Amino acid sequence: MAAAAPPANPASITTLAVERSLASRKRDWLGQVFQVVLLLSLILSLAIIVFLLSNVLGGAWRVWTDRGTDFLTEGGSRQAEAAGVWQGIRGTLTLVGFVVLLAFPIGIASAIYLEEYAPDNTLTKFINVNIRNLTGVPSVVYGLLGLAVFVRTFGLDRNDEGGLTGGKSVISAGLTLAVLVLPIVIITSAEAIRAVPRSIREAGYGVGASRWEVTRMLVLPSAAPGILTGTVLAISRAMGEAAPILLIGANTGFFSSGNQSFVEQLQGTFTALPAVIFGWARETSEFRDVTAAAIFVLLVITVLANGTAVWLRNRFEKQW
Amino acid sequence: MNQLTEQTLVTVTLPESSPERSGDAANRADDDSVFSLRGVNVHYGSFHAVRDITMEIPRRQITALIGPSGCGKSTLLRCFNRMNDLITTAKVSGSVIYNGENLYDSYVDAVEVRRRIGMVFQKPNPFPKSIYDNIAFGPKVNGIKGNMDDLVEQALRDAALWDEVKDKLKQNAYGLSGGQQQRMCIARAIAVQPDVILMDEPCSALDPIASARIEDLMTELKAQYTIVIVTHNMQQAARVSDRTAFFTVEVDEARSSRTGILVEFDTAQRIFTNPSDSRTEAYITGRFG
Repeated sequence: MAAAAPPANPASITTLAVERSLASRKRDWLGQVFQVVLLLSLILSLAIIVFLLSNVLGGAWRVWTDRGTDFLTEGGSRQAEAAGVWQGIRGTLTLVGFVVLLAFPIGIASAIYLEEYAPDNTLTKFINVNIRNLTGVPSVVYGLLGLAVFVRTFGLDRNDEGGLTGGKSVISAGLTLAVLVLPIVIITSAEAIRAVPRSIREAGYGVGASRWEVTRMLVLPSAAPGILTGTVLAISRAMGEAAPILLIGANTGFFSSGNQSFVEQLQGTFTALPAVIFGWARETSEFRDVTAAAIFVLLVITVLANGTAVWLRNRFEKQW
Repeated sequence: MNQLTEQTLVTVTLPESSPERSGDAANRADDDSVFSLRGVNVHYGSFHAVRDITMEIPRRQITALIGPSGCGKSTLLRCFNRMNDLITTAKVSGSVIYNGENLYDSYVDAVEVRRRIGMVFQKPNPFPKSIYDNIAFGPKVNGIKGNMDDLVEQALRDAALWDEVKDKLKQNAYGLSGGQQQRMCIARAIAVQPDVILMDEPCSALDPIASARIEDLMTELKAQYTIVIVTHNMQQAARVSDRTAFFTVEVDEARSSRTGILVEFDTAQRIFTNPSDSRTEAYITGRFG
């Protein structure tokens, strides 16, 4: 026993040496500077957001205390005290409806085709690259496209009067926004589908499932959270875009009302929240507060839409 | 037609009869094999992965494919149920005759092939679903009639997993241990009542105890199923297989290409005790690979 125990002295020397080698490292100055730079960047971005938000919230609060929910239910007006955002809310929600009904099914279907069915050849690669490029095209270009195709070509009949889409109408704007977000939906859905591990597909094929069964029962449910994330991005983008809908004529008119049929309403004039905000921002200083309030309403709607999609996504994830 | 071909061709690597097989079985060589491979070549694009494989897979036995990495044994295994179809660049030539039908004939539906010839993969790959849904998936897509609960129970019992999971069938399969997941994958393959089970290195991701359980399971399953297993583990091949095929890589320095070839195919006992090819001997004695 005694022979096996090491002498006390050498042991303490070893301990000291270890301590010194652990403690004597130089301070990592560059790393510290880097950390401070990162923190400052974060603070700067937050400060900008806080400044903008406080500006908006101030105006929104004054409108809320003065007029309460009237601001939400009133239509447009030449007087700042009477102007409300109801037309804008209705327009924005209708346009989002177009996006959901048109861009989502077509976009997700295209993504499934590109990932699961298309042969892996040059043409497919070419198409993929171009869809990716389309996501980077400025929205004003989509506005011009909508103006040329939906407003002019499909919108005017031989007598230069309202045709299929009714010219500068809800339909034209909805179609334009749907086309605008289509590449985003395709790319994000395709990425979600691609992220489903090969092993899951192989397992499905291994028990005799067809390609359709593997896609429908295994790949799509696994990709659903990712696809939903893409749709969130698409909805937010569609709600926030001002340039294309201004080009298509959102600023000139409001929702037609009266005893029109549903189709006639869709073929009629329209507005949406970004257009309302744009219009009011150009008015006199009396409109400053209502502009802030309208921005706040748009923010709330966007957050609500995002929240719904996140909630749906979490639900899908839990089902597994 | 196919029967004629089988009789006229001579399989060089296969001895006419082997001491292990019963005299009765040896006399009915054609009925006795589930697969007859005739000059099978696999290319991935310009890469020649496997060359001129001709072999017979006996019914209700375990056939092990062994050999060093890159010798094409997994590639060959994936020809048995047309899993190579999923790789767009893969091209299979020659014939893979399954019970008299060439699986690569144009009229053959790969989906039907895979339903009869199941597969267990290298890494356990449960669906991200409950244990019950994992097992029920195959029968469901194949329209197998009968009480699904009984089907699931039977498959899990056959895979020696029932007692461990019977109280948590509705729980996610990813909650199981690696070995349990792999046995669940075997149960999933069994659930569609296949004829053959292909196993592509089924134990390579498992610890020795879990591997031993899978090996026991294979030995039990061969009473009902034909099993073809690819393994890196020579001891495993020696323990479980009835017949063993040794593959190796032929390296062509001039064209810097590597091609898998079949060196020797015989009873496991012969391969591991008295191989006739020096390359086999070098491999099994651990001199390379």
